[in-house]
Amino acid sequence: MNDLRVLATGPLATVQDLGRTGMGDIGVGVSGAADRRSLRLGNRLVGNREEAAGIEITLGGLALCARRGITVAVTGADCPVAVDGREAAVNTVLRVPAGSELTTGTPERGSRAYLAVRGGVDVEPVLGSRSTDTLSGLGPDPLRTGDLLPVGTPPEGFPTVDAAPVAEPPAGDLVLTVVPGPRADWFTDDALSTLLGGTYRVTPRSDRVGMRLDGPLLERARTGELPSEGMVPGALQVPPSGEPTLFLADHPVTGGYPVIAVVRSADVDRAAQARPGQRLRFRPAR
Amino acid sequence: MRILPLADAGLLVELDDLESVHALYAALSRSHLPGVTNLVPAARTLLLQLDPRHADPAELERVVRETRPDPEGVPEKELVRVPVVYDGADLGEVAELTGLTERGVITEHTGTDWTVAFGGFAPGFGYLAGGSPRLEVPRRSESRTRVPRGAVGLAGKFSGIYPRSSPGGWRLIGRTELEIWRTDRQPPALLRPGVRVRFEEAR
Repeated sequence: MNDLRVLATGPLATVQDLGRTGMGDIGVGVSGAADRRSLRLGNRLVGNREEAAGIEITLGGLALCARRGITVAVTGADCPVAVDGREAAVNTVLRVPAGSELTTGTPERGSRAYLAVRGGVDVEPVLGSRSTDTLSGLGPDPLRTGDLLPVGTPPEGFPTVDAAPVAEPPAGDLVLTVVPGPRADWFTDDALSTLLGGTYRVTPRSDRVGMRLDGPLLERARTGELPSEGMVPGALQVPPSGEPTLFLADHPVTGGYPVIAVVRSADVDRAAQARPGQRLRFRPAR
Repeated sequence: MRILPLADAGLLVELDDLESVHALYAALSRSHLPGVTNLVPAARTLLLQLDPRHADPAELERVVRETRPDPEGVPEKELVRVPVVYDGADLGEVAELTGLTERGVITEHTGTDWTVAFGGFAPGFGYLAGGSPRLEVPRRSESRTRVPRGAVGLAGKFSGIYPRSSPGGWRLIGRTELEIWRTDRQPPALLRPGVRVRFEEAR
């Protein structure tokens, strides 16, 4: 049962799958991997179902000891990976023999790496998911040094490829495609062009809930309060300060600030790889 | 009805009032719509959250427009009785703000049934609407860093019960021992949209 021992966690490491669905009406958000595409890829590489739980590693620093031989893949941010000190590659299938240590260093590009384990991380699900929702506190606690994690029964299928060709996460400006949001009309005519023409910087006040962005202010045309309404990942919500927040996996289920634009889903995965200080630009969907 | 897209991740259906939201939510929650991962009712809107890999927004928009709202079909009609000890930290302030006595606040709070309008602040938190209009008070100007689990509060037109200890800016008038949220219970939330709530003074 206790197949993995956590030796170090880095800034934040959590168990994540594809989240909880169907409970938005009782205030339960989907949560799950911030970069879902990378978790899915990792699971496919090790022969798991895409929705198996893996470990989301924020800015590296996770170290594990395998107490029995396991098969893993690291995807997402390109952090240096080593098995017993020997360098290994991301986006490949790795064997970690019993007693070996797997370490992940600080990524050069991207911020969130995913460790997929053949069989999946088999912690107790809460409301149908093993995801840690950092906003609501649902799911397992973030990993701590000394934690023991069970790995599930390996699936019947075997890994069919040993490496996936994946473009590196961009290190320069990240360009995200947006569509005008449901409350674009709460803003001045200039606000949308300001958003599309400006350059925003990811502030350090960013986490799995959302990324606070620093850049040209988006001015409201309508004052007054918006009754709370449902939110989605990728929503650019604008509080009275005029600085947008880009919602990620653990965003609140409902929110009371107007959404000026929404980042398309495929680009939300890329946005989740942005690092504090990185620059973002928005371009309109065609 | 206005339907506003949230890129490929959602459709926000804007309706006239809470009753219309519940009627559409009732009708849609019975049909299993492909690619819809969540239905999120709110004060004036119903969000269909989508899994963009499996949802066809244009087709779903057509389905929503053709769905007949079901005002009788609000899935939860049950009554939850909530025993409250009215000793909240803001009870005196609420009395001042409303021009009622503390006893008067309790009488108003227990005097009418409330209805869970929607959830959202935290798992299991229900925004309770339909109470006495005399209890309408603004949120506290500063949020408390820790509101204890079971605290009963007021904000705007709503009343609510904190499902677990969390920060919060509602004006606290009392507390209940009732477990309104348990992840190992089915369903985990007592306060689901449409459920009626009757506050009763516990002595």
